[in-house]
Amino acid sequence: MPALRSHALAVTAALAVSLAAASGAFAQKKYDTGATDTEIKIGNIMPYSGPASAYGVIGKTEEAYFKKINAAGGINGRKINFISYDDAYSPPKTVEQARKLVESDEVLLVFNSLGTPPNSAIHKYMNTKKVPQLFVATGATKWNDPKNFPWTMGWQPNYQSETQIYAKYILKNHPNSKIAVLYQNDDYGKDYLKGLKDGLGAKAASMIVLEESYETSEPTVDSHIVKLKSTGADIFVNITTPKFAAQAIKKNAEIDWKPLHFLNNVSSSIGSVMKPAGFENGQGVISASYLKDVADTQWDNDPGMKEFLAFLQKDFPEGNKLDSFIVTGYGVAQTLVQVLKQCGDNLTRENVMKQAASLKDFRTEMLLPGIKINTSDSDFAPISQLQLMKFQGEKWELFGDVISADVGG
Amino acid sequence: MSALQEIVDVTPVEATPKKYIALGGYASVAVLVLLIAAPLFAKNFIIFQMTMWLIYAIAVLALNILTGGSGQFSLGQSAFYAVGAYTSAILMEHFNVNYALTLPIAGVICFAFGYVFGQPALRLSGVYLALATFALATAMPQLLKLGYFEHWTGGVQGLVVTKPDAPFGLPMSQDMWLYYFTLVISIMIYVFSVNLLKSRSGRAMMAIRDNEIAASAMGVDVALYKTLAFGISAGITGVAGGLGAIAVQFVAPDSYTIQLAIALFLGMVVGGVGWLPGSLAGSAFIVFVPNIAESVSKGLSGAVFGAILIVIIFVLPHGARQIAYLSQHWINKLIHK
Repeated sequence: MPALRSHALAVTAALAVSLAAASGAFAQKKYDTGATDTEIKIGNIMPYSGPASAYGVIGKTEEAYFKKINAAGGINGRKINFISYDDAYSPPKTVEQARKLVESDEVLLVFNSLGTPPNSAIHKYMNTKKVPQLFVATGATKWNDPKNFPWTMGWQPNYQSETQIYAKYILKNHPNSKIAVLYQNDDYGKDYLKGLKDGLGAKAASMIVLEESYETSEPTVDSHIVKLKSTGADIFVNITTPKFAAQAIKKNAEIDWKPLHFLNNVSSSIGSVMKPAGFENGQGVISASYLKDVADTQWDNDPGMKEFLAFLQKDFPEGNKLDSFIVTGYGVAQTLVQVLKQCGDNLTRENVMKQAASLKDFRTEMLLPGIKINTSDSDFAPISQLQLMKFQGEKWELFGDVISADVGG
Repeated sequence: MSALQEIVDVTPVEATPKKYIALGGYASVAVLVLLIAAPLFAKNFIIFQMTMWLIYAIAVLALNILTGGSGQFSLGQSAFYAVGAYTSAILMEHFNVNYALTLPIAGVICFAFGYVFGQPALRLSGVYLALATFALATAMPQLLKLGYFEHWTGGVQGLVVTKPDAPFGLPMSQDMWLYYFTLVISIMIYVFSVNLLKSRSGRAMMAIRDNEIAASAMGVDVALYKTLAFGISAGITGVAGGLGAIAVQFVAPDSYTIQLAIALFLGMVVGGVGWLPGSLAGSAFIVFVPNIAESVSKGLSGAVFGAILIVIIFVLPHGARQIAYLSQHWINKLIHK
């Protein structure tokens, strides 16, 4: 075996020499592990099984999208080889899979790995190995930290910036209100809550009358809603995941509590929240968004939406079009394709990060009008704009301007 | 347990024949040589997987002492594993304690935790005990998220642990060093466990397992030995947890859910209840079979895993020990021909 290893070394050395010679010849083509003239290897880690398996559809969407890109000739003539593994949302398993991707499959980069705990587990490893951990699928704020973690980048607007936007709105329009908050007791809920408090600043202590938390293991949040109503608050900030959000909206109507209701973007889906909660109960709820909702009729004639539906029909027929995770997967895959296009023939890991950090006014057509993806050396938060919207009839009415809120990690 | 007795019914001579619980001399040496030599030919990633394999083997072994030894069920091993992991992580990151020193501390803390938990658990047996430990396993991730401990545990964000380098400037990678380090600890724990089960205490535990009333009539302090078994099992699981934290370099509440406890339980059954070397086979099952299942089908990996499990339970109801006995039987036949 040692003989074989030294043989491998010799081959690598020879390759390196010939590569050096080649780069001398064409100056342009440069590759790191995982990229060749014909192929780009992309790694991905998703919870296809386990408690968070609902998110697995994001990985499947990306796979379908890359297949479509490959069928159309690939990126600059190179096909994408998308290797996606299951970690069941268990951080130790994520570490194993990430190491498998980097050390055994030898991918160029790890793309859109999902979940805050799983990504935290490989954060340090990826940065030590200097392998891009690109467009992670979590809204935690810490991914925007280019100084300490130059190989990690998020994608979606982070949770804190969203509630900061609500805070700005509240301070401007309802400065003397009493706020009651319901949040999920985990990193996601706490991040949102922090954004709200930071946004309210010095007035947070006096304005927030109750912070109530619930566990995902609870069957319903009804009792929490009753408790929140008893505070007499006139603003309700609802930081819950879809199932609980629908319960909360319904219960509000049942017990006739009519505060100004802010609903986090995580649960703004019409198909999985507003409809089950009952449209009549959701009137006037305020939320913020960055993606178009397939169930929203105002996009029926939108070219971006038509293109998306065509993709769904032709390349990913098993996908449920009301599943908002598919839109997310579609958008983030498009962003990666853009980055790889920009890389041209220089497919080194360093250049991938450099190109990812120089997206200028890039738009995937499923983003709301006016929202653009911008990154720079010091800004690793690709989407940091949101637009406020109010639920009216059976759809969200966008109002006001696109609002930016950048929060560093 | 009676089913297990049937297969090993080869006219017992010793009070506790060693082969019931351990491997023979030649086999042990062969396995040891393989374990020592394997990483020399493997990539770092494979070495990391092997390290995880050994670590889970220790945890399965701990459960084996509890269930195979004293006949008590536990679905709460993930809780002890978590306590061990957090103890090591907190000591290393907040107090700069050397990683090797954190392991005995994790072991002692988990022993105490298991012993204390064993006190009320005494009053329960069989499925009721399994339920009580189940409660412990489901409660643990939430306890770790509690705000009071957040300063130490990092709350939901978890803690990142620094991986140790090989000492004395040894020319080996971090992964290889950690593998051998884990191997030495595994061997120590294995030898300790075999001797424990062979000792007077071990016999007392097994007497309780086989017939509690008879055991107490013989003068065995049932309460003491049951809690002791719980404590020892928890302590060993804690050491495995500590090693796991160092190898994975990260601890978070989501790493130690009930899934882990069930995986360890599976590993014990697949390896063979009460047969300590089976822990290695059982651990291999829980580390590698999910990967095989995933390569068969991504969407149905859980179903494939279940199918493989059912086949194994049907074909080998006594787990890996059945293969070991069969192969021993054939080898003997060949030699004596």
